[in-house]
Amino acid sequence: MMHVQRKGLWPKWLVAALALFTVPAAAELRVFACEPEWAALSAALGGDRVSVDMATTAAQDPHYVQARPGLIALARSADLLVCTGADLETGWLPLLLRKSGNPVIQTARSGYFLAAEQVSLLEVPERLDRALGDIHAAGNPHLALDPRRLLVVAERLAERLAAIDPEGAVAYRAHLAGFRNRWQAAIVGWEMRAAPLRGRRVAAHHPTFTYLEDWLGLERVAMLEPKPGIPPSSAHLARLLKKFRAEPVDLILHASYEDARPAGWLAGKIGVPVLRLPASPEGPPDGVETLEFWMESLVTALLQTAGLGAR
Amino acid sequence: MNKAIWAAALVAALPWNTAAATEPGVDSLRAELAALKADYETRIRALEARLARQDALLRAEGAAAPPGQTQRSAGAATTTASARGNAFNPQISLILDGRMASFDRDPEGYHLPGFMLGGEAGLFEEGMSIGHTELSVSANIDHLFFGQFTVAMAEHDGETETEVEEAFFETLGLGEGFTLRGGRFFSAVGYLNQQHEHAWDFADAPLVYAGLWGNKYLDDGVRLSWVAPTRLLLELGAEVFAGAKFPAGGARDSGIGSRVLFANLGGDWGASHSWQTGMSHYAADVEGRSAGAHEHGVGGEEETPTFTGDSEAWGAHLIYKWAPQGNYRQRNFKLQAEYFAVEEDGDLILAGSEPLEFSSFDGDQEGFYLQGVYQFRPQWRVGLRYDRLWSDNEGSDPEVLEEAGLLAEGDDPERWSAMFEWLPSEFSRLRLQYNRDDSYRSGDHQWFLQYTHSLGAHGAHRF
Repeated sequence: MMHVQRKGLWPKWLVAALALFTVPAAAELRVFACEPEWAALSAALGGDRVSVDMATTAAQDPHYVQARPGLIALARSADLLVCTGADLETGWLPLLLRKSGNPVIQTARSGYFLAAEQVSLLEVPERLDRALGDIHAAGNPHLALDPRRLLVVAERLAERLAAIDPEGAVAYRAHLAGFRNRWQAAIVGWEMRAAPLRGRRVAAHHPTFTYLEDWLGLERVAMLEPKPGIPPSSAHLARLLKKFRAEPVDLILHASYEDARPAGWLAGKIGVPVLRLPASPEGPPDGVETLEFWMESLVTALLQTAGLGAR
Repeated sequence: MNKAIWAAALVAALPWNTAAATEPGVDSLRAELAALKADYETRIRALEARLARQDALLRAEGAAAPPGQTQRSAGAATTTASARGNAFNPQISLILDGRMASFDRDPEGYHLPGFMLGGEAGLFEEGMSIGHTELSVSANIDHLFFGQFTVAMAEHDGETETEVEEAFFETLGLGEGFTLRGGRFFSAVGYLNQQHEHAWDFADAPLVYAGLWGNKYLDDGVRLSWVAPTRLLLELGAEVFAGAKFPAGGARDSGIGSRVLFANLGGDWGASHSWQTGMSHYAADVEGRSAGAHEHGVGGEEETPTFTGDSEAWGAHLIYKWAPQGNYRQRNFKLQAEYFAVEEDGDLILAGSEPLEFSSFDGDQEGFYLQGVYQFRPQWRVGLRYDRLWSDNEGSDPEVLEEAGLLAEGDDPERWSAMFEWLPSEFSRLRLQYNRDDSYRSGDHQWFLQYTHSLGAHGAHRF
């Protein structure tokens, strides 16, 4: 809106200053993705019809993000919001929506897309009580770590893109078809390679990798956090140490944004490998490659650390 | 696992061997093999069926979900999470707050030289007391509006006072970045002013908020704000209020007593740094604002300084936040500074005095605070704050000003505060705070041990 170029009407410095503020006037659909996996998926399905902004990175615990000014500005101009849901963003997304003044991305409108509403979730608590920790009423939100669920989300997201931008419907469906073929083949490959992981016993810092464990058949025997969201206490770690000496585990997992020290301490005491995994894809969200690289690196890291080598 | 395989092999081998020993015929071997094959095939089919079922579950287009999970439908938007969200709709939250306070000086004699203590400004009660117990109810009213109601209960001088802190509606995406809010709410005149008391980083309000805004400025009115379509956040807004609350005090001009304009600018600087800066302007036609009643002489007549005239304030704030790679969970730092300057022009009377004492009043008050809070582990935070106020108030009768406590005479208030917090979870907090308060001639050492717990709905992570 502020692309004024006529000479003499505006001083140069003012034009330069305004350029700093303006969002490039875009014909594309602007996607606001809460987590990198949804940014990558939106890019994969949207192609050059969308421009994607990413609210968090893999280095950030998505639960503890703040409704900071930069995010309000992005939400203000978004056409589609793609987030996890299931209360993962409960501390900041409702506030962003209210402050954005943007009607199309409000709850249950066409520009409001939550991945958790597209698939069934694991670990749905039977009892809602904060004494159980910071639990999620709808279930575990880290669903993108199951590529089968991610595919279902992709299908729904492509439908949504087509609904918002009917002119691009053909393109979105074509992108989805390409994505589906590639992703299904990749899933088969990962499942074959990861077969030896089935039944391995793991401990995890937080229920971040529940879906990955479920998919690959890993058995999670303990959590380092005494309750979800409550940092590991020394008493709890001491209990775990005793437990693991009696019933050994094969691996200790933690997300790259989680504190590495408790896992490191415990792993050192019982002599098992500790594995730091990205709970979201790292780097820029370039589409299917980003997602494939992420899953690939998760499977490879698990195999290598479990002493099964990467083939 | 290997043991299991060996055991299975042994078990499988035993009858086989006996059979082989007694009946060397090939037919029986074939039969055994066929049986085994058939057995495996049924198992594989069962597994396949199970996989197919799971696949169907995942896709679950219109199908019933497993027990404990809600049904999903193909029409994406009105599904699981929103239906579950109804469990918290409206969202209800209750804040429990209490403290133990210790002062070297008598808190009853507290004053801020050069400033009126209005609203809720003042010290806590000495010893143990509960602070603000806050009950908040909020929800989307419908597809157009959001509503929130907050009531605070506190005890003052043995009486339980209930204050409606917030009762407002707000539009949900009016379009083009506009938001309209109406009702009673905290003014956007300052950064801290829009935060609830329980969200503050220190137990007490900064001196500049105590001296100029009666701890916080809230009133009944309307706000229109606009977010520009830019990469950096540019937010402009205007508020009009009835002007019934301190420091406006007394509605004039057919119900519009005070006006606020504000502008905020903010953004990110790489992944680790975020910032916001803003300015605000406040203007009010004050009629009969009274504050700081005091007993006068031995007779015990109560005199209340009361101001009528024009009031104007300028405010500015700067917020900077850092977290390694933007991950606030482990460590983060917040630097926060706010400045206000107030100019007032009018008349001051000491209500209750006989004969009536009065003076013209030409007020000039300003102040700032600067604070830094560092979360060095997920459950631990430390903070340091510095407060400073200045005033240069003049009037036709300096004695009246002096009685009203509006002459500082070189005692410009100053205060250092340090705090230490333990946050067991996102919902609870214990805080120890020390103030070295040089608000008046001989300084005061103040200690607070405070708990702030939140029940119910998850709080918002404001910037």
